[in-house]
Amino acid sequence: MTTAVATSAAAPTRNAARGNALTGTGTLLRFILRQDRIRVPAWLAGIILVQVSGAASYPDLYPTEADRMGQAAVMGDNPAIRAMTGPGHGLENYTYGAMMTNEYLGFMVIFVALMSVLMVVRHTRTEEETGRAELVRANVVGRYAPLTAALVAVTIANVVLGLLTALGMGSLGIETIDWPGSFMFGAAYAVVGLVFAGIAAVTVQLTGFGRAASGMAGALIGVAYALRAIGDVGDTALSWLSPIGWAQASAPYVDNNWWPLGLALAFAVVLGLAAFLLSDRRDLGAGLWAERTGAATGSVFLGTPTGFAWRLQRSGVIWWSAAMFLFGMAYGSAVNVIETYAGNEAVQEIVRSIGGATLTESWLAMVISLLSIVCTIFAIIAALRPRREETAGRAESVLATAMSRSRWLASHVATAMLGGVGLLLITGVGLGAGAAAGSGDAGLLLQVVGAILTYAPALWVTVGLAVAGFGIAPRATGLAWALIVYAVLVVYLGGLLDLPGWMLDVSPYTHIPRTPVEDFAVLPLLILTVIAAGLTAVGFAGFRRRDLETG
Amino acid sequence: MTTAISVSGLVKTFGKTVALDGLDLRVETGEVHGYLGPNGAGKTTTLRILLGLLRADRGQVSLLGGDPWSDAVRLHRRLAYVPGDVNLWPNLTGGEAIDLLGRLRGGLDKRRRAELLERFDLDPTKKGRTYSKGNRQKVALVAALASGVELLLLDEPTAGLDPLMEVVFQDFIREAKAAGKTVLLSSHILAQVEKLCDKISIVRLGKVVQSGTLSDLRHLTRTSIDAETTQPTAGLDQLPGVHDLIVEDHRVRFAVDGEHLDGAVRALSQFGIRSLTSQPPTLEELMLRHYGDELRGNGVAVDAEVSR
Repeated sequence: MTTAVATSAAAPTRNAARGNALTGTGTLLRFILRQDRIRVPAWLAGIILVQVSGAASYPDLYPTEADRMGQAAVMGDNPAIRAMTGPGHGLENYTYGAMMTNEYLGFMVIFVALMSVLMVVRHTRTEEETGRAELVRANVVGRYAPLTAALVAVTIANVVLGLLTALGMGSLGIETIDWPGSFMFGAAYAVVGLVFAGIAAVTVQLTGFGRAASGMAGALIGVAYALRAIGDVGDTALSWLSPIGWAQASAPYVDNNWWPLGLALAFAVVLGLAAFLLSDRRDLGAGLWAERTGAATGSVFLGTPTGFAWRLQRSGVIWWSAAMFLFGMAYGSAVNVIETYAGNEAVQEIVRSIGGATLTESWLAMVISLLSIVCTIFAIIAALRPRREETAGRAESVLATAMSRSRWLASHVATAMLGGVGLLLITGVGLGAGAAAGSGDAGLLLQVVGAILTYAPALWVTVGLAVAGFGIAPRATGLAWALIVYAVLVVYLGGLLDLPGWMLDVSPYTHIPRTPVEDFAVLPLLILTVIAAGLTAVGFAGFRRRDLETG
Repeated sequence: MTTAISVSGLVKTFGKTVALDGLDLRVETGEVHGYLGPNGAGKTTTLRILLGLLRADRGQVSLLGGDPWSDAVRLHRRLAYVPGDVNLWPNLTGGEAIDLLGRLRGGLDKRRRAELLERFDLDPTKKGRTYSKGNRQKVALVAALASGVELLLLDEPTAGLDPLMEVVFQDFIREAKAAGKTVLLSSHILAQVEKLCDKISIVRLGKVVQSGTLSDLRHLTRTSIDAETTQPTAGLDQLPGVHDLIVEDHRVRFAVDGEHLDGAVRALSQFGIRSLTSQPPTLEELMLRHYGDELRGNGVAVDAEVSR
């Protein structure tokens, strides 16, 4: 007994000498790894499976060099594909390895970055926001321990991801998908993951809200992707402003450049250090940006169901609108670069095969379908808002007033469906204005706006699916996300791989006439609208019958 | 008197868990009704069914003369609810949340809102996420009490309030009662229920095990007697309803069941009473009698408490 007391009394003194700001990091790290023992392996498995199965399918899809070179011609000369994939390394000798680098790297790192951002925010800001960090920090836990543990955990996740990717690819034994390139590829994943983990470590210091922190870091993933897209299409240095651009500059299997990854790693370390410095300047639970006070009374508009839903979603709508308008502008103003490709033989071939469309039009059609899917992400978030209100226990207070369940749900569904269309419109105006300015053809503005608005029924179907899930199987509302991920894969990979027709048909986006390339058709839009209405009605009926889930 | 809330044979299950198991509850108009029970007894589930947020599996429920599930919206204009765990919108201020809930209910009294804010000492300009638990509860209380409704459903409304605010709360409940409003107050705080409530229902394992006025319930339970007599007492242990008798020379202590109090005091007077203190049972004792077996299961010495 006496010995134990003596030891424990001496221990803090020794720790203090060594800097006790890190005390408890090991325990917290084990705790984080345990909490994430399913979630993170699921992310890793998903990323690696898509990647490795993609590589494994190449020898069947492109058995001869002629097949590969044909694909290279499509890749290199089509600005739309360039914007989506990357600068086109090794097109002159388009091996399987080069195909991997071009078709997978730039796209898959988005998911790696997303995983890292969510992981860092979950274990730092969200813990503080819920008050759990207070409980932890009241124990023998140092000031830097939670952030350190989160960053070590995310580093482990990314290193494991990189190693498994390298092992998975290298062991396929496909010619030109060699070991050095595979390790390069894995390292590119890991390093991009670490850069965005660093970015998230900084954003969580700035704001007191976990959602705002992940929103900011997520927006920066979008900016990084867009910067390299515009840089790659125009062959400009813009790509060098993007961590995703650095990963692609390492060109695994083609050039195996280590130094861009070194640059990225150094940037990640700087971000991490900045996060620790910033964390010293704020209190536990608070962000560097101070919380402002607000109105003492609610406006008259707030007391109506519509006004209330709008108020909850307002800041989301504003940020999304601003971001999508700028994205649209950026993509739209790339049209003058697009036309420089028009002299290319292979491109003329593609344009002729589409029939009746100019190169600019086919580029715009591609961008429109992608941007409309991005707008749908906003609509899903808005449509899932009722579920968040319900699980957070806030719906209980509201539904205990004279607001009916149907009106409450309708106000949120309207925000999702009409707000989604509004966002399509704003994106279209940005894209159209950019395209009109870039090409000097003012008529493009209306053409683009009209074309993007035809995607509204597909957006409604996705929202309808979220609403139906909310009404019938509230714990499975995430289903709408699966549809949107599927739609992205179909748009993205559908043109590269020869997917069977039914797989394309499952995505509502497949059925939208791709004006201005295709002719406008009203029937598919009507059918999609009816499906959306049906799904929504099912959701309302289900919600009227079920228990409210609280606490 | 009309009935504000009438529940009979109410059953609600969540999967295999039986939350309510044939619950009966009656609250008359104009009364302040205390709804007592330990965690998990089914208090919150009862309130959520009364609000139409949950659907009853079986049983009859009538609230202000309507069906809480199908007439929810109409009934909600006439009642206000304060949940046990108040969750606010992180980006709405407290003032906005009060006005939002008040207006959705059909309007609230501005002067009363100002008075409540002042009495509860609540800053309405702060964002929802910056409030402590007690302040979140104040937001919900102000929203509920500032509305002119006839029925208040309060689920442990003062769990996060300090003693000063507890007093303010009690004032407002008395005021509501004076104005003829009906209050159903679920609580753990026995002293609060004792001070405020006309009637009490004790719920346990999804059933109301005891219901009535405080004196009705006391009638059912034991009074503690502590007396000094001129002669040593004898034969008291033979009397019906007398428990835990302790005799020390001229001093005697025992507990007696309510219906045998008269006989015990008569017997005692034969020995010449020099001093007598009798103590009515506190709600703690009422509760302990109902939950005693549970506590004993947890290794708590209950007999000593009850016979005190």
